[in-house]
Amino acid sequence: MTEHDDLPAAARTRRLEERLIAAGLTSDDEIDDFLTRLYANASPVNGAQLVARAWTNPAFRELLLADGNAAAAVSGFSVPPPRKHGYQLRVVANTDRVHNVIVCTLCSCYPVSLLGPSPGWYKSFAYRSQTVREPRAVLAEFGVTLPDTVQISVWDSTSEARYMVLPARPAGTDGLDAEQLAALVTRNGLIGTALV
Amino acid sequence: MTYAPGTRVRVRAFDPNHHTRMPRYVRGQAGEVVAALGRWPLPDDSARGITPPRVQTCYAVRFSATDLWGSGDHTVTVDLWESYLDRT
Repeated sequence: MTEHDDLPAAARTRRLEERLIAAGLTSDDEIDDFLTRLYANASPVNGAQLVARAWTNPAFRELLLADGNAAAAVSGFSVPPPRKHGYQLRVVANTDRVHNVIVCTLCSCYPVSLLGPSPGWYKSFAYRSQTVREPRAVLAEFGVTLPDTVQISVWDSTSEARYMVLPARPAGTDGLDAEQLAALVTRNGLIGTALV
Repeated sequence: MTYAPGTRVRVRAFDPNHHTRMPRYVRGQAGEVVAALGRWPLPDDSARGITPPRVQTCYAVRFSATDLWGSGDHTVTVDLWESYLDRT
């Protein structure tokens, strides 16, 4: 089995780190501290909680779609803005007529703190190149087939904005509370490669 | 803000020898501004160590699949800094 450290990309990354440290631009401690902060509490459970709250609270839904950072803050999640090395959270809502899909063709940007570490396929050249070109074919590979009446809207995360999908609330969930609703929401649903 | 939502813009046809956040597949393409996101340092400058970098409005610009690829019924929305764009 190949160890992660044996991968050429890992070796290149380590060499780059060593050069930056040797040049006095950063330190091992600073890199470790950054990664710890980046991944601390990062989980799709966070995004799912925002979705469930939006499904049960129309005013919150409005705030989430208008100002994602503010909506995250009132829900107890810290999403600093770009000027503080964070990102601008933009949430796009699925409807009867529009299904949203997130991609980053330049690298693999997405809101890590709300979706957790990105899946391998999200970083793959195949997903990044085909999603902007043939999103219906990509969705079909994930088992999602949408009628022609639903327009697919692809969002390419090329800036300091990070996108998250607000899935449509599934039918037959009227009796569920926010906690039960949050349990229905998957990371793929927050990316747009699943319906929920 | 130079471009209000609804404005038709065209991505400049440039091919810089430095870092840029303009994906090649939208080069020269026309699309519609759907939102002004904020004013942020231009990555083309920051990546080259130019201080201070130019700070510009970044826009979400929507393209139709038929314009980009000649087929398809979807749209692709790309975030683009002001200096990547011209009014059509």
